[in-house]
Amino acid sequence: MRNSLWRTGAAFTLAAVTLAACAGQSSTNDTAASSGGSDTIKVGILHSLSGTMAISEVTVRDAELLAIEEINAAGGVLGKKLEPVVEDGASDWPTFAEKATKLIAQDKVATVFGGWTSASRKAMLPVFEKRKALLWYPVQYEGLESSPYIFYTGATTNQQIVPGLDYLKEKGKKKLFLVGSDYVFPRTANKIIKAYAAANGMEVLGEEYTPLGHTEYSTLVNKIVEAKPDAVFNTLNGDSNVAFFKQLKSAGISADQMPVMSVSVAEEEVRGIGVDNVAGHLVAWNYYQTTDTPANEKFVAAFKAKYGADKVTSDPMEAGYNAVYLWAEAVKKAGTSEVEAVKKAAGGVSLDRPEGEVTIDGDNQHVYKTARIGVVQPDGQIKEVWNSGEPIKPDPYLKTYSWAGGLV
Amino acid sequence: MEGVLNQLPIGLSIGAVLLLIALGLTFTFGQMGVVNMAHGEFIMAGAYTAYLLQGVGFLIALPAAFVVAGLMGLVLERTLIRRFYGRPLDTLLLTWGVSLLLQQLARDLFGAPNVQVASPAWLRGGIGILPYNRLFIMALAAASVLAIWAYMNRTGQGRRMRAVMQNRRLAATSGIDTGRVDQRTFFIGSGLAGVAGVALTLIGPVGPTLGTYYIVDAFLVVVAGGLGQLRGAVLAAAGLGLLNSYAEFWSDASLAKVVVFMAIIGFLQVRPQGLFFVRSRALS
Repeated sequence: MRNSLWRTGAAFTLAAVTLAACAGQSSTNDTAASSGGSDTIKVGILHSLSGTMAISEVTVRDAELLAIEEINAAGGVLGKKLEPVVEDGASDWPTFAEKATKLIAQDKVATVFGGWTSASRKAMLPVFEKRKALLWYPVQYEGLESSPYIFYTGATTNQQIVPGLDYLKEKGKKKLFLVGSDYVFPRTANKIIKAYAAANGMEVLGEEYTPLGHTEYSTLVNKIVEAKPDAVFNTLNGDSNVAFFKQLKSAGISADQMPVMSVSVAEEEVRGIGVDNVAGHLVAWNYYQTTDTPANEKFVAAFKAKYGADKVTSDPMEAGYNAVYLWAEAVKKAGTSEVEAVKKAAGGVSLDRPEGEVTIDGDNQHVYKTARIGVVQPDGQIKEVWNSGEPIKPDPYLKTYSWAGGLV
Repeated sequence: MEGVLNQLPIGLSIGAVLLLIALGLTFTFGQMGVVNMAHGEFIMAGAYTAYLLQGVGFLIALPAAFVVAGLMGLVLERTLIRRFYGRPLDTLLLTWGVSLLLQQLARDLFGAPNVQVASPAWLRGGIGILPYNRLFIMALAAASVLAIWAYMNRTGQGRRMRAVMQNRRLAATSGIDTGRVDQRTFFIGSGLAGVAGVALTLIGPVGPTLGTYYIVDAFLVVVAGGLGQLRGAVLAAAGLGLLNSYAEFWSDASLAKVVVFMAIIGFLQVRPQGLFFVRSRALS
């Protein structure tokens, strides 16, 4: 009897505490919402902070938070401070859609900065289009997309992959072997590469895909050794790059004999792969930590000051950092953070960023970017060996390239 | 043609990796029936041990990782798993939760990005298609199998372990302290995962989610080989390694995975208990 009395008492106490907690929660929410109306603008940040993609996406979140902090320190936007609401997409595509809905409907954010894999972007796209909300997507991707509610601050194919191929052609690399992870980005990228190769007298000797997270590359390395290509074009994503480069290196293949051109290996990944394993190989991006501009000097210094001197900056981080600034600039130009007005104001917004001048193309909501080819150095940094000289107009559907006619 | 021949040693070396990651599981899953989803995280703990001991020496990392992962396993067994014996589904959920906790712990301690573990200089180079680091993994797998075989068959502890596995209650009535045997079995099983983790730094990524890449393969080997059967695990690992190697050579990596899964499903239809099994009342 005493026992059951105790239980009832405990249950009541628990219920009371829970209710009080809920009440406390909702009252703080109310104040947050009302203060949101007066002196802050809420912005969502949605990246994978756990799971297989966390390795890359955490760094982009850091860069975006840095930009928000800097903008707030300089007085905010339209006299209001930015208030980041950070959510975890957990490397799971349905979670991205769910958290995007939460940020838009519940937190009522003015815009969201987020995503990395194309799968996560494709999962979020219908959410943003249906709710007429804004997403800023910071990573290079496979193109062939132009949603009216997404701004793409990473490179599309004609700003990264096509310049990468131009460089290989210029260096006389005629026989290519394509290696990629088995999902939409590498498969689309390789379609473009094959069309380019066919039109430019290059030969594709092999095309291989491995599941995301694959770590066993000895068979693939054997196939590459058999095929004897002049160069490998690598669209592997995530941890697979570590296994691939380690096993390629231990098979005795050097960068001089057979360079690998990668489009998803940046400064951060170089450290995980091990500099020994990847030094001398090629990468294609729009920004390196070593890119020589005054804005980049400031960015690198600020990032190291906030997160530690041993941290590196990379292209997707810079693109995420830019996204916040570009959005803030468009809001200033529009005079409001209301979505349609910001979209209209964004076209033509131009800023001097770490990678040089970037301008939003109002037609497709992509960004003019300078293409850069780099070589991984023994110290883990990337040295630029070629650049396009001026920002390239984004062309997500490759309409201006005759050889790409059959792709779209 | 040379490529086809090369796939033979490649297949065996893939098998050696599979065997190494599965050996620990033949103890914890095979002998004790514990579905330990955190086994992959013990592999990860071994890999991070190698990372921390980089300056000290690669060979020293092997016993160190054995002890680190073994102790983690021991703590897990004493605090949690012990309370869930005979409830495989609950254990599965429990250890899966533990694996997520350990992944996050690694992320907090070492950061989300992969860390760099340099291969020792004496493992650079190779013979033919097989690099020295692959040969080292094959030798390590062989040495581990020999050591386990000797332990199980030539020591009193090993005999007691087998007695508990075959009939727990009879072993207990014969005066064997089954609780102690369980602890020891779990320590060794988890420790072997740590050793595998050190070896994997030679060929793969070292990050918080490393364990998730290997855990499924490890279970496949144990199930196909027969629970708790050392020779079964060896044969299953070699067979799956070769199958994987040739399937991938003639198709691609994604299809090879499908072929391997189909082969295992088909095989288990014919022999549900795996390659080898012990006929015993306790198991039926």
